[in-house]
Amino acid sequence: MADRERDAVSGTETTGHEWDGVKELDTPLPRWWLYIFYACILAAIIYWVLMPAWPIGNGYTKGVLGFSDRNNVAADVSNLRSARAPMYERLAAASTAEIAADPALQEFARAAGESVFGDYCRTCHGAGGAGAPGYPVLADDVWIWGGSLADIEHTLRVGIRSGHPEARNSMMPAFGRDGLLTPQQIGDVTEHVISISAARTRLDPNSAAATRGAIIYQEQCAACHGPSGAGDRTLGAPSLNDDLWLYGGSRTEIRRQIELGRGGVMPAWESRFDAGTLRALAYYVHEMGGGEPDAAPVPATTETIAPEPAQNGQATAPLN
Amino acid sequence: MWKFHRWFERHSLILVVGILVVVSIGGLVQITPLFFIESTIEEVEGVRPYTPLELAGRQVYIREGCYTCHSQMVRPLRDEVERYGHYSLAAESMYDHPFQWGSKRTGPDLARVGGRYSDEWHRAHLQDPRSVVPESVMPPYAFLARADVDTDRMGDHLRANRMLSVPYSDEQLANATIDARAQAEPLGANAYDFEQRYPGAAVRDFDGDPNRVTEMDALIAYLQMLGAGIDFDTYQAQAPENTR
Repeated sequence: MADRERDAVSGTETTGHEWDGVKELDTPLPRWWLYIFYACILAAIIYWVLMPAWPIGNGYTKGVLGFSDRNNVAADVSNLRSARAPMYERLAAASTAEIAADPALQEFARAAGESVFGDYCRTCHGAGGAGAPGYPVLADDVWIWGGSLADIEHTLRVGIRSGHPEARNSMMPAFGRDGLLTPQQIGDVTEHVISISAARTRLDPNSAAATRGAIIYQEQCAACHGPSGAGDRTLGAPSLNDDLWLYGGSRTEIRRQIELGRGGVMPAWESRFDAGTLRALAYYVHEMGGGEPDAAPVPATTETIAPEPAQNGQATAPLN
Repeated sequence: MWKFHRWFERHSLILVVGILVVVSIGGLVQITPLFFIESTIEEVEGVRPYTPLELAGRQVYIREGCYTCHSQMVRPLRDEVERYGHYSLAAESMYDHPFQWGSKRTGPDLARVGGRYSDEWHRAHLQDPRSVVPESVMPPYAFLARADVDTDRMGDHLRANRMLSVPYSDEQLANATIDARAQAEPLGANAYDFEQRYPGAAVRDFDGDPNRVTEMDALIAYLQMLGAGIDFDTYQAQAPENTR
């Protein structure tokens, strides 16, 4: 440092460089800044010791704290599950009436069901289960596959036309598109369907066409929808006696459904949710307005439907 | 020490070389280990290369800028795992060039959207998002249903991906155009061959228009396979080599 000179005015050393007579002051860094800088270096070294830091070969230094994001999230999730477990166990063992009679359990089922419904179901079935064309209303008491808690839960587990091995499958033929009936015949069937539904007061069916359509109906439609149009839940055939229509209730829309035989797909949720969540979701949907009471003769088996044996329970469900 | 410093300051070329050496040390320390650390190069059962139609859908996804509003990265946080499913693994992006992790969620994360909605829902939602989600701010993409997929180019796209180490076979390359159509034509003559070449890929008429293979087909095929491949019953998330 002997070759460094001190600036006479500021008393600060210069850098010792000179360009065309211009010299540069070598003002030292402020002390506070320097100490913070040293502290940061020290903190980094402490961090290396405590936390995962340096890559070595095909691994890395794990740090003495053993911190792991993946372990942390696994622990968080399992804490959450164990916190919910007692309520899920009670929920699995309770009948609909028992859930309704237990305010704490009911509130839990509602809250758990609502959060899952909002994220997964509402996109199709609408807020509050209001439904949309092609997506059934869940808030009314009209059910295609059954409206008891067990029925709803089974539908949630296996889905509808979902590709799940036990999925609820039904397939209405596309009578028009596939040429099974002539346009004239489809028109007659449309009139007959209107005449057996509550829409007859609204749409005023042509009685001559409806009489012709009745014969075609008995041949083509009655096997699933029933001779009187009452529907059949074991086949997923909706009732045609009410005035509620999945794909719209105008004459054009009813005819269009006979032509195209549309049917929606609902995913199977079994692999996404645990049994407790499915039960809570089923209860939430059940409670939206149209839930039906548990099948009367089998309360004992319904109560023993625990998360795992649920699969055995379904074997009898379609026979209800 | 002081003389050494002067040496750098007085020769600009030496200074440039010095800067490059210092900066590349940072790069080497941060980037090269990612090619060797087990947890970043793990292979997980169920992750497969994209089919030609899915790849075309991925290109639509990138072209339309879906990544600006949708991430594809479930972070290892409790609430994300509760909402979206298992956190994303590095292996799930191994055939992505480039990856679509994204950095912003105006819409929800899509890393595990596969199988969550029906094709019909996707169709309605892409054509008019507010018809199914009233509060959505997503723009409509109805034009995708009118645009045919440029299947003739799929062989080139597969070849480009193979150059980036995606393991497409010669047979897959040669049949890329046929396969792109076959995946959307379940009753077509090539559906069986397609399933042999891409086991596990879904063969459906995704856009509900049996006569054409549109960009809507491609995008829905892509969305329906996102995150659906890995079987998390067999993946040992808690195994020591998989924790970090």
